[in-house]
Amino acid sequence: MCTMITERAGIDLGRGKSGPDWFVVNEANVSYDHPYDLPLEHALNIDFVNAAGGPGARVAVELSVEAARELVRTIEAVLARAGQRGVLEDIPLA
Amino acid sequence: MRPAARRVPTTLEAAVYQTNDYEGMLAETVTLQGHGGDTINAYLARPLGPGPFPAMVLIHHAPGWDEIYREFTRRFAAHGYITITPNLFFRDGHGTPEDVGAAVRASGGADDALVVGDVEGAIRLLRSLPYASGKVGVFGTCSGGRHGFLAGCQLTGIDAIVECWGGNVVAAPEDLTPKRPVAPIHLTASLSAPLLGIFGSDDRSPTPEQVDQHEAELKRLGKDYEFHRYDGAGHGFFYYDRPNYRATQAIDGWKKVWAFLSARLG
Repeated sequence: MCTMITERAGIDLGRGKSGPDWFVVNEANVSYDHPYDLPLEHALNIDFVNAAGGPGARVAVELSVEAARELVRTIEAVLARAGQRGVLEDIPLA
Repeated sequence: MRPAARRVPTTLEAAVYQTNDYEGMLAETVTLQGHGGDTINAYLARPLGPGPFPAMVLIHHAPGWDEIYREFTRRFAAHGYITITPNLFFRDGHGTPEDVGAAVRASGGADDALVVGDVEGAIRLLRSLPYASGKVGVFGTCSGGRHGFLAGCQLTGIDAIVECWGGNVVAAPEDLTPKRPVAPIHLTASLSAPLLGIFGSDDRSPTPEQVDQHEAELKRLGKDYEFHRYDGAGHGFFYYDRPNYRATQAIDGWKKVWAFLSARLG
């Protein structure tokens, strides 16, 4: 890609789905570069991947700048509400 | 029925075959020895006939070793060139071109040294073919345009380079990485082949100002080059499978490509 602006976020616990089955995702690759499908020159691209699963173990989204900012705001808002309700913790089920 | 021999069309004539000409092409996946002797795969298309034919190495763009580059490969072959497009992401795993391209994007893009080594291996293969004339050009778009220019600065024996909107030929020191340790503009003195540059004036990578810097350095060093800038076009305006395709500008740009290669490669 031509901007080459990319960052990798580790994911301690996560699952993703791009076909019929769920799979473990352990990294989110975030870039601002050419999207594959969104009709923009550059986009905020997020690939949730399983690093050991090969290139196809990927859940991809391509967002406009405003959509990306709205997503960040929304995630923060949802986490804040969960914190206020006292349910913001990872509770293992197994 | 295939004639025993036929007149070999020039690269300009190839686009306008006569209706009673024979035309044929072979296109297939092959392997070659790339950087460090690594075996990688590549897509090769060649005109049928005894030759000798000039040859081209296509350097695919960052999105991947994808369908449009396979079509470009066949298009160059239809214009009379033995054409090979190495899979520069061979070492990064296999899957759809998009998935592999996304993995490479996440890892910071293709490694310059590997790309140049793979291009060198592709040139070596082309020159070994009995129906090759020995003349070899390089064509690339986007990151492949940058890599084409880089190859022209780091390799010898290339006869022509077509750089289409090569992003990051001009790069700030803070944008350099271990995989891309140098801004290619600083290697211009070593450029050993004639260069054709195709750019869109609305592009932001490279920006028009960066294209001006690129050209100024070529001019300062007395290099053999020609640049063409297209108004109303941005990045990737040859890609007819993307909304940034600009038909009028692309048609003229391809004419510039064929004329340049015909003059340089024969």
